[in-house]
Amino acid sequence: MIRILVSDAPIDLGEEMRLAGDDGALATFTGTVRADDGVSELMLEHYPGATERALQALAEEATGRWSLSRATIVHRVGAMVPGDRIVFVAAGAAHRQAALDACAFLIDRLKTDAPFWKREQVGGQHRWVERRDSDDASAAKWQH
Amino acid sequence: MAVRILYFAWVREQIGVAEEDVNLPATVETVGALIDWLSARSDRHAEALASRERLRAAVDEAFVPLSAPIAGAREIAIFPPVTGG
Repeated sequence: MIRILVSDAPIDLGEEMRLAGDDGALATFTGTVRADDGVSELMLEHYPGATERALQALAEEATGRWSLSRATIVHRVGAMVPGDRIVFVAAGAAHRQAALDACAFLIDRLKTDAPFWKREQVGGQHRWVERRDSDDASAAKWQH
Repeated sequence: MAVRILYFAWVREQIGVAEEDVNLPATVETVGALIDWLSARSDRHAEALASRERLRAAVDEAFVPLSAPIAGAREIAIFPPVTGG
């Protein structure tokens, strides 16, 4: 079972945990907005349609590779402030290693495969977040 | 060929529009050639699209390299490297 949600509403962790289920092992990752360098607001832009398609493909790949019972990817878009949840991923499987590996795969590859862009507000200025080489390296380690 | 072009993030901001419908000549056969062609539309286009290594693309919602063919495409998006998660 796959759950994909891209929304400007806050991520309800309790509800997502409930939907993510418990089929023996459940691994989850939650990302939140950091207040790095005085960031006061984070704007998340995405490519409607293409984003959901990319996340669906990613969840299907993880489900096939680790025989997951459930894969969840929830990503918030729009304006956020430090402390807000940006992303929640969950992998449910019969055993822990599959759940843990699939969860790491989902968040690593989400960062390189899904069309989202972050814009930070610092003081009166805004700046687009640059891609980090370490993100490419984290995603590449799953290519085998 | 009538195609809808979408821009995202700073590419969108620099060009000043989120999307535009264009009629491409048949000589424009790849994403890279499309970027060249779009660059001639205005100074803003030229500036936003000047640095190829900072650009990525999708044809009909699927990520492709800039060398990819665009024959038959209905929607082509041009954007910076993604930074989600």
